[in-house]
Amino acid sequence: MLDPIKTPEQLQESISSCEEAFQKKISGFGGKRTVMVCGGTGCIANNSESILDELKKQIHEHGLEDKVAINHVGCFGFCSQGPFVKIYPEDTLYRAVKLSDVKQIVEEDLLQGKVCENLLYVDPSTHQKVQRQDDINFYKKQVRVSLHGCSLINPDFLEEALGYDGFKALKKVLTEMTPQQVIDEVLASGLRGRGGAGFPTGRKWQFAANVASDQKYIVCNGDEGDPGAFMDRSILEGNPFEVIEGMMIAGYAFGASEGYFYVRAEYPVAVERLERAIKDMEQVGLLGDNILGTSFCFRAHLRLGAGAFVCGEETALLNSIEGKRGMPRPRPPFPAIKGLWGKPTCVNNVETLAQVPYIIRVGAKEYAKIGTEGSKGTKVFALGGKINNVGLVEVPMGTTLRTLIFDIGGGIPGNKRFKAIQTGGPSGGCLTEKDLDTPIDYDSLVAKGSMMGSGGAIVMDEDNCMVDVASFYMDFICNESCGKCSPCRIGTKRLYEMLQKVTNGTATEQTLKDMKYLATVIKDGSLCALGQTSANPILSTMANFPEEYEAHVKDKKCPAHICKKLMQYWIDPDKCKKCSKCARNCPANCISGVPGKVPYVIDQSKCLKCGACMGGCAFHAIEKR
Amino acid sequence: MENVNINIEGRIYSVPGNLTVLEAARKVGYNIPTLCYWKNGANSLASCRVCLVELRTQRGSRLIASCVYPVSDCQAERGFEIHISSPMAINARRTSVELLLSNHSQNCQTCVKNGRCELLHVADLVGARDHQFEGEKSASTYDEAAPGIVRDTSKCILCGRCIERCKEAQGIGILGFEKRGFQTLVGPAENRSFSKVPCIQCGQCIEVCPTGALSEHREIGKVDEAIQQGKFVVVQTAPAVRAAISEEFGHKIGSENGTGKMVAALHRLGFKRVFDTNFGADLTVMEESQELLNRISSKGVLPQITSCSPGWINYLEYFYSDLIPHVSTCKSPHEMEGAILKSYFAKCHGLKPEDVFVVSIMPCTAKKGEAKRKENAAVENLPDVDAVLTTRELAVLIKRAGLLWDELPEEEFDQDLLGQYSGAAQIFGVTGGVMEAALRTAYHSLTGEEYGPIEFGAVRGLAGVKEAEIQIGGVTLKVAIASGMKNAKPLLDEIRAGKSPYAFIEIMGCPGGCVNGGGQPFVKPNLLAGKEAPDILDTYCQKRADILYSIDEKCAIRQSHNNPDIQKLYAEFLGEPCGGVSENLLHTHYRSDREKFPK
Repeated sequence: MLDPIKTPEQLQESISSCEEAFQKKISGFGGKRTVMVCGGTGCIANNSESILDELKKQIHEHGLEDKVAINHVGCFGFCSQGPFVKIYPEDTLYRAVKLSDVKQIVEEDLLQGKVCENLLYVDPSTHQKVQRQDDINFYKKQVRVSLHGCSLINPDFLEEALGYDGFKALKKVLTEMTPQQVIDEVLASGLRGRGGAGFPTGRKWQFAANVASDQKYIVCNGDEGDPGAFMDRSILEGNPFEVIEGMMIAGYAFGASEGYFYVRAEYPVAVERLERAIKDMEQVGLLGDNILGTSFCFRAHLRLGAGAFVCGEETALLNSIEGKRGMPRPRPPFPAIKGLWGKPTCVNNVETLAQVPYIIRVGAKEYAKIGTEGSKGTKVFALGGKINNVGLVEVPMGTTLRTLIFDIGGGIPGNKRFKAIQTGGPSGGCLTEKDLDTPIDYDSLVAKGSMMGSGGAIVMDEDNCMVDVASFYMDFICNESCGKCSPCRIGTKRLYEMLQKVTNGTATEQTLKDMKYLATVIKDGSLCALGQTSANPILSTMANFPEEYEAHVKDKKCPAHICKKLMQYWIDPDKCKKCSKCARNCPANCISGVPGKVPYVIDQSKCLKCGACMGGCAFHAIEKR
Repeated sequence: MENVNINIEGRIYSVPGNLTVLEAARKVGYNIPTLCYWKNGANSLASCRVCLVELRTQRGSRLIASCVYPVSDCQAERGFEIHISSPMAINARRTSVELLLSNHSQNCQTCVKNGRCELLHVADLVGARDHQFEGEKSASTYDEAAPGIVRDTSKCILCGRCIERCKEAQGIGILGFEKRGFQTLVGPAENRSFSKVPCIQCGQCIEVCPTGALSEHREIGKVDEAIQQGKFVVVQTAPAVRAAISEEFGHKIGSENGTGKMVAALHRLGFKRVFDTNFGADLTVMEESQELLNRISSKGVLPQITSCSPGWINYLEYFYSDLIPHVSTCKSPHEMEGAILKSYFAKCHGLKPEDVFVVSIMPCTAKKGEAKRKENAAVENLPDVDAVLTTRELAVLIKRAGLLWDELPEEEFDQDLLGQYSGAAQIFGVTGGVMEAALRTAYHSLTGEEYGPIEFGAVRGLAGVKEAEIQIGGVTLKVAIASGMKNAKPLLDEIRAGKSPYAFIEIMGCPGGCVNGGGQPFVKPNLLAGKEAPDILDTYCQKRADILYSIDEKCAIRQSHNNPDIQKLYAEFLGEPCGGVSENLLHTHYRSDREKFPK
């Protein structure tokens, strides 16, 4: 346990000793090696905790305790390849490790220093095995600011954070900067909110700073709800201290002495680590009264969200913290003026706060070198969908979609054609092939009809039906609308019903016109950002893929053969070998023929469109049309 | 507040800077429709999106909810323009209403709010078109299990007014939003029935509901049946009814004392006798003031609290059952009158008690439940009162019978044993009235003289909580009056803590007393536009109360104990106030075992 840290000098001492310890740890000092196992939720779900336990057990059995340290770390990001085991100082990265691989890792690598070739990452283009993490393409173009320390430090220990740049920024602001200088620095850095809308963080802080109040609050929005997005979770799991530090700096800047973390209850690992981090910081005196002997007092609290997407909207989130139903409030008044319990409040996203310590450490000037004119710094994306390298990536603003999808993401599986990428989650829009060279920044994405959002990036290929995609998001929004305002509550339902008409072939051209009209009214007329952006998936797919909508409506065809009512399974009589397998597989008994004599035929009136026939046909005689 | 300039439709107006865009627009001559907005909009959810207007700024156009958007945030100098009739604004308002209609049961013809529906009114204002967005409807709940209030969520537009009203008037918060998305509904916790939650049935929620989602539990059918069966159907009317019934027939609030026409109408509706609940109120005063004097002289449990309001009694049983010993055992006036009708009156007329059917016309929805209490069945276990109709239901009866209100003559209540009443009884309908009536009689009982100025000005007024010190023959009586449970709560907590300085407390369930009861005609500024002043929601209670006070003033008899029929009743039948016969017929008891959330 650390000694109390009550003065800047004590903090400096702790930092120095922790840094030294950390350096020793990863450089193999004294011949001692370190094994790190991914402790992110994704890898935990793939048994990484048992792998960690098994490693410990076998290291003990082989009497290696003095020679090998072992601990878990936060998310490595490359989730489709997990669970990861990394070994220092060699920097060897083992991927897709199974419990049964532990024996090999211990007996070959840890005992004999022999790399387990079969557990290394294989580059799909060169088919070369890659031993070191930094040599993997997925990591090469990434710049880790928000993910600083994730997959490197053990998030359970304050010492680890202190050993890896932790609280240097806090020390700097408390000892060298006035609150206004902090705001000015963040303003100069060009940092914009990472939660979606991209409001300049410094300006938000300035608003709250300008209001005189006996109490102000800083709230960290960790209610990450976009389907497929897990940036905030990974940051909180991998380095909770960094976010707390960012929150404290914000509190210092505009005068908040209380901070609330609002994290989804579905993130138990993040919650547990955050809770422990807060407790440990309180214990050494980094949270509480007169931090580092200054007049700055700060307390951090944790509130769990109950799983409502709308609680990511800042005013709904505030209501939820207050114990009310998570429904948005009208703005103005803005939270910076009248927020939590009526007091000036800034709500910042996890990732936004995670960028702050870095800005303070390196200075606004240096930070502003990363990114584009209007969007500074880095952004974490959760790459998902039809892409080879599913996972978490952090890239400088201005990186093109092409780089993101093809260089980092490794392109589309099965050599399928890229069709679209949905950014901004259900509130965003899709970008297509013609947008591939668009630099990723707030303004370019909005100009292209999508948005940055919180960083979800779902890739779609030629097999995706865009009407079906829009329908998926609309269904999500219908269920997640808080029900407060009528355009969102009822309008999204009506839009969804219209989309159903399109996908089941009963829509007319008037339906498309009505959809566009209603989508526009919902966008303009809803109370909060959830409603205002709820129609984006429809508007954006209608704008980018009008021909797909027309095919559904006019030709009653789904070009991607996804919409069941508009597609058929068909057996090519020339290819059919009359083996009868399809008929035997058919749960609806609607395929007939005579084995070895008459080719098989599907009775379309009875077909359930389950695809069992096609999946089972060894001769590829069945196709969708 | 300093004025600011705003630009509405290209014209610059100077308006007070603390207004919302809606208030400012209404001030300068625009009528922007609203649904979720209520009164001054302090609790407006801005959820219905019916008041949307376009705000043009240098950064483009957007829609704002005018009911909450401050004019100070859209001043003309900064280039802000407000457009009410731009296509963007008109489309949005109309679409919001059309969407609401698409998820509404739309059985307007048979709806209890037919003619009083704000949704229908607003649909007209925005030019809603037929069958615009048809589709699935949310799962709905129809709850008529509670005696006073019916909830039909198929008509609910989720404006949230009832939620706020319940909190603001009663401090209970029975209602809230449930579920989410398209299935969101407003109701008690877990979408329970009103009968399975500690709802006091005051009906304040009905008063603010813009549609037929909340309504009184109608008992007109019961009355029809009794008349058809040839029962001796007697009707009695509460004081507050006459102060408001004319509103149902287009009269301005507070403009007419409806007593005479109401009695004439009741005579024509087939009732055998038309009595005034004021007789029962005089009886209550006799009993309750005696009870108070008994408690004082015997050093009994004090303060004594009135028991006329069934909403309050429900609240007592749910939340403060430990204070039951403080509450007067007197039945409420119409229950007392019912008990007398089925005993003394029936006997005098040679009627069987079971053939007497007592109908009460009340400004109240909680009275419906009160009449069903088994504790209120004094004669042969028959309910003291058989049916309770609200003021609004009475209006339905009158309209249904084809009676033209303005053509009705003024008639008198029937003079038959229970005919006379005092001015003291008259003011029961307003907060402070029971207190004042009791004080007039208590003063006489203690001093043998009538109180000098007759009126006790200190207990009048519509403030939520009032207190006064009354000197009666050298004794100082400290009294308090509260209306609305939110206002009563601090007084009750004081008693619970043993710190109450009062001897007598009057509590009424609805803010302002019965004139503002949950069964009274609706006061909907949207529907009354042009007829009533814009501040009518702040003044209507006083206007109705003024009618009652003016009737009191004109009464020849001003004190309950001077009512000759009351004197005769005691002489011939009851004996003494709080005596044996009275205890049997006119007093009740309360339940301390009512579960708040029964299964």
